Amino acid sequence: MTRTLVSPLALQSQRGRIIYWTILTITVVGFTGAFVFPLYWMITGALKSPDELAQIPPSFFPQSFDFGVYAEAWNQLQLGVFLKNTVLYAGGAWLFTLAVDVSAAYALSKLRPMFGKVVLGLMLATLMIPPMVLLLPTYLVAKDLPILHLDLLNTPWAIWLPAAANGFFVFLLKRFFDSIPKELLEAAEIDGASPMRILWSIVLPVSRPILGVVSILSVVTVWKDFVWPLLVLPETDKMSISVGIASLSAQMPQNVLIASLVIASLPTILVFFVFQRSIMAGLTAGSLKG
Amino acid sequence: MTVTQERVRRPQPRAAGPRPDDHGALKRAVGRNLTAYGFLCAALICFALFSWYPMVREVVLSFQENNFVDPGKWVGFDNFRNVIEDPAFRQAWLNTAVFSGLALVVGYAVPFVLAVVLNELKHAKAYLRFVVYLPVMLPPAVAVLLFKWFYDPGAGLFNQVLGAFGLPALSWLDSTSTALVSLVLVSTWMNLGTGTLIYLAALQSIPGDLYESAELDGAGMFRRIWHVTIPQTKLILLVMLLLQVVATMQVFIEPYLLTGGGPENATVTVAYLMYQYAFNFGDFGGGSALGLMLMVVLMTFSAIYLRVSREAER
Repeated sequence: MTRTLVSPLALQSQRGRIIYWTILTITVVGFTGAFVFPLYWMITGALKSPDELAQIPPSFFPQSFDFGVYAEAWNQLQLGVFLKNTVLYAGGAWLFTLAVDVSAAYALSKLRPMFGKVVLGLMLATLMIPPMVLLLPTYLVAKDLPILHLDLLNTPWAIWLPAAANGFFVFLLKRFFDSIPKELLEAAEIDGASPMRILWSIVLPVSRPILGVVSILSVVTVWKDFVWPLLVLPETDKMSISVGIASLSAQMPQNVLIASLVIASLPTILVFFVFQRSIMAGLTAGSLKG
Repeated sequence: MTVTQERVRRPQPRAAGPRPDDHGALKRAVGRNLTAYGFLCAALICFALFSWYPMVREVVLSFQENNFVDPGKWVGFDNFRNVIEDPAFRQAWLNTAVFSGLALVVGYAVPFVLAVVLNELKHAKAYLRFVVYLPVMLPPAVAVLLFKWFYDPGAGLFNQVLGAFGLPALSWLDSTSTALVSLVLVSTWMNLGTGTLIYLAALQSIPGDLYESAELDGAGMFRRIWHVTIPQTKLILLVMLLLQVVATMQVFIEPYLLTGGGPENATVTVAYLMYQYAFNFGDFGGGSALGLMLMVVLMTFSAIYLRVSREAER
């Protein structure tokens, strides 16, 4: 272990140890209070009756453990439909993003066509423009696709197509593909493998780490998105879970709303539990070389 | 595919006979380009439709009056004039600036301090890292609706906690003086983890002997932070500053779900006003004019960010 700000020597003294343990305790308690307690309050809040929720002072533990409210939220809010929709949007966006961005990055990195640099530059330039400022024209494109005049509103394509136009993913993938040694591909080329085959059986297998990062980022991004699905999926039966809960939130009892919030946050938290490492890898990859 | 077969037939093409080979090389080059653009075409279509064309469209829309039935009518700067004369316009920019400013005060320094502390702790490391990033993983709509309940002036968690410490209750979202701050609080809570973990990664790459020699020179804790930690993470600090300004100036979901811009326009932000223009007033021209203005401001920050991050890569 390399040393950090505080020298290991300072930690060995009695005073150093007292300070260290005090700070550790404060940090653990503080973090738990700030980041875990609100979630505890949410999970237990759902179990309280509307009367108990309005009670002052509030009860720390719910008076009864009636999980029926979760079933109620599930049925009243058609959470099943919302969840199914969201899985469809996020899953489709994931497949679509991978197919589109991997082929693009492969072409730009290994096939190196004319104007490849220009294309890459234009794709990266989109990173400079925050999506929010282009919300209105992008919405109009989805509503009336240029040339084809298709209306994508209330269809999954309204989520999938824009999700694939992600300059950051193209950048991450291309940078990884660039690091694959040329000799590996040339050998396959001499053996007569087509570019498609080289991509499939050489490039993709060695690119697993970056594919993992891009996969998780793309699923989580679509899952968490709010503004875009709010605009392009206005029909209640087509809503994603975030939008669905938000749009029905005014009309339901407090405890049912809270239960639905719990249900909506479970999938992403589960994903975080399982893929913590990739998520954090994606985080630092994005920050350092955005 | 033909390209590769040809290559297999003649493995060393370059220096051989002039004419037929030039022909072959050209053919190969064309073939290679065709294949490459075959791989690229799906991405080109997606980017063209949902990134490049909307940029052009935004400019066009903001100078047109449009009902989307007849072709748009060019109206010069009318949309801009209308939007600027709207009393909500100044308020929205002011709110957005204050929101970003407050979010910076809290959301910029706090993650750095947390990261410095986390980097020193040798226990509960995995737990602390996991927990700080937990709110980031919640869908923002869930986090915001959760806080809406916490802000409830009666039985809401925050007033109960204040009461438990003997402090007076606040009206949070219902008062012009606290509403915007309440939005900053949610936004900071759900984004804090990102900054913290990014700083932490940066701190871990600082060579330990720098601290060692600073200490030998008699530098105390705070001087070590000032002369080693901060200079060593200077670029990432700058990058994060710009990223955060760009992110917070787009604030939309918090006013949309918590306050609807109220009370008395106290929480109208530029992005929210843009949404209102288009979807509540049906005025896409005015909305696009606002979007364009926001774009110019944010692109300035993005441009600086790109320069800085390119430097960081070196």
